[in-house]
Amino acid sequence: MPVIDIRDLRFAWDDGPALLDIAEYSVLPGERVFLRGPSGSGKSTLLGLIAGVLEPQAGKVEVLGHDMTQLSGPKRDALRADRLGVIFQMFNLVPYLSLVQNVTLPCRFSSARRKAAGGGDGMTREAERLLSRLGLSDPKMLERPVTELSVGQQQRVAVARALIGGPDIVIADEPTSALDAEARDRFIELLNEEAARSGSALLFVSHDGSLAGHFDRSVDLKEINRAKGGV
Amino acid sequence: MGLSILGLAWRSLMNRRGSALLTILAVALSVSLFLGVDKVRNGARAGFENTISGTDLIVGAPTGQINLLLYSVFRLGSATAEISWDTYQSIADRDDVAWTVPISLGDSHRGFRVVGTNDSYFEHYRHGDGTKLRLAEGKLFTDIYEAVLGADVARELGYEVGSEVVLTHGLGAGGLTDHENRPFVVSGILAPTGTPVDRSIHVSLEGITAIHVGWESGTRSPFADTISEEMIRGFDLTPKSVTAVFVGLERRGTLLRTQRALNTQSGEPLLAIIPGMALGELWQVTGIVERALIAVSVFVIAVGLVSVLTSILTSLNERRREMAILRATGARPGHIFFLMVAEAALLGLLGAVAGVLLVQIGLLVAGPLLSSAYGIGIGGLGLSAIDGWTVLAVFAAATLIGTIPAVMALRRSLADGLTVKL
Ligand SMILES: Nc1ncnc2c1ncn2[C@@H]1O[C@H](COP(=O)(O)OP(=O)(O)O)[C@@H](O)[C@H]1O
Ligand SMILES: [Mg+2]
Repeated sequence: MPVIDIRDLRFAWDDGPALLDIAEYSVLPGERVFLRGPSGSGKSTLLGLIAGVLEPQAGKVEVLGHDMTQLSGPKRDALRADRLGVIFQMFNLVPYLSLVQNVTLPCRFSSARRKAAGGGDGMTREAERLLSRLGLSDPKMLERPVTELSVGQQQRVAVARALIGGPDIVIADEPTSALDAEARDRFIELLNEEAARSGSALLFVSHDGSLAGHFDRSVDLKEINRAKGGV
Repeated sequence: MGLSILGLAWRSLMNRRGSALLTILAVALSVSLFLGVDKVRNGARAGFENTISGTDLIVGAPTGQINLLLYSVFRLGSATAEISWDTYQSIADRDDVAWTVPISLGDSHRGFRVVGTNDSYFEHYRHGDGTKLRLAEGKLFTDIYEAVLGADVARELGYEVGSEVVLTHGLGAGGLTDHENRPFVVSGILAPTGTPVDRSIHVSLEGITAIHVGWESGTRSPFADTISEEMIRGFDLTPKSVTAVFVGLERRGTLLRTQRALNTQSGEPLLAIIPGMALGELWQVTGIVERALIAVSVFVIAVGLVSVLTSILTSLNERRREMAILRATGARPGHIFFLMVAEAALLGLLGAVAGVLLVQIGLLVAGPLLSSAYGIGIGGLGLSAIDGWTVLAVFAAATLIGTIPAVMALRRSLADGLTVKL
């Protein structure tokens, strides 16, 4: 059974033209999928729909067996908190939280996630373990305000946060667009490795088609989206 | 979850501690103004009301009733005229009068007022709930040149029983002209009362007359120095006049009748006042000012609360991204709402508590000054229910105000989804 299963989805912002019109799209458990599309084509919007932060006008978005369109707002929020990890393009971190606190942030909103991460002290150790696997183990760095980290370091913290408590799905919204080529490839490798380790499916979107080679499978949004509302 | 969101709110405020501290300061200052006004007002009232009890009437030369009360009891201001000794005698001799305490004012010692009186003062003057004056040390004056000090006088000037005191003609702190050729000896020191008695120096009426021998013209005559102490003791030192008389009645039922009789008697014109009623009139006058001050300080608190609102509203735009991150990591709209409200509530609470502390510190520092300069008792100025209620009210108002940015942040974060443009 797919972890993400989209059928006949239609979405428009406000009263605008349809931005997304997708007959079928799915991601299997543990699968690492690349979704390509130019800027403004609706990639972030699609991720918002999958994360249950936006509601479609029509169709079905099934996540982990739950039809998001049928779930109440709080249930969608709970599902996201419990079983989804999200990585943004940049500015992923809450400036007033420490590195470790940023990583354990999802555990504040989900007891399931907290338990899965080892709870209390275990949670902090798990955060530190993930950070060190991502090359962020220097105790001095852990002390620093997150705003002083380089973009590459910030993105790796975001990976650790997405992965803490072993979510079923990680969605990554152009997480490499602020990185240089070398850092980018290294980052995607790390992300792939760690997602595989925790058995999470990975849905990675980007405008940069050259990244497709890193993934099990690659799809162009153009191919699945029948709407012409987007750019 | 509530606790961990409070933790977020706290860290978010700490992250903006510069502006948060300014906001807290604004609330703290506004709250301390309000509480300060209220405490000084209550302290003044309580202090005044505790100063005299058991005295039915105060009689003096015609003036305003508040004026007579202020200079006779509170040693504030000065008398413009006196009443003659004969008139005093006629009051004391009345059938409806049980006791009288004559007092003679007008001299001072290093800023402390001198009260000429007699033993009846220590017998009949009452304060608080009817407490009599009590000697802490020594004895009452028995000689013309003996003085009984109030507690503050002895403490502040470091006097003990046996110390010599040179009185000053007039009330200036530096002394206009000293009566240094006739020093007084401290015979006793009174226990503290929290009233102006603590700041008075009590001598016999004869003592007052004695130091003014040679001063009949108002200034020192060239002969003053030539008059020896033995000569003075040989004079008739019965005072020619007194400044005011405290009167106790045989029966309180005759209070109004006696007051009217004294006010309308033929002969020397008099003013007889009932202390409680004169105080009531004083409160009426000050009440207008008090209410205006309270109203102003309530408005100032409102301004403080607006600064809480401003501080959070201005942060909203730069925090749009943060809200999207929180939503993405699982925060429900309620969490976002609670986070914003909690920040406002924390600012309000910290500001109000800081305001209460400011007032307490201020009173520790300025309290003794208030009590010495204006007779405002600091006893009633400590923490009281009003402090708690004010903190609670400011906290509640800040929480309520916090719902404005909270609703705005909520709406935005729902509309933004995960896609926040920068
Ligand atoms: N919060 C929003 N409100 C209204 N329109 C939006 C919002 N977010 C994105 N859009 C519009 O939706 C379209 C697709 O945006 P987006 O999903 O961010 O594309 P991509 O991520 O592929 O660059 C754009 O035309 C954009 O203007
Ligand atoms: Mg995008």
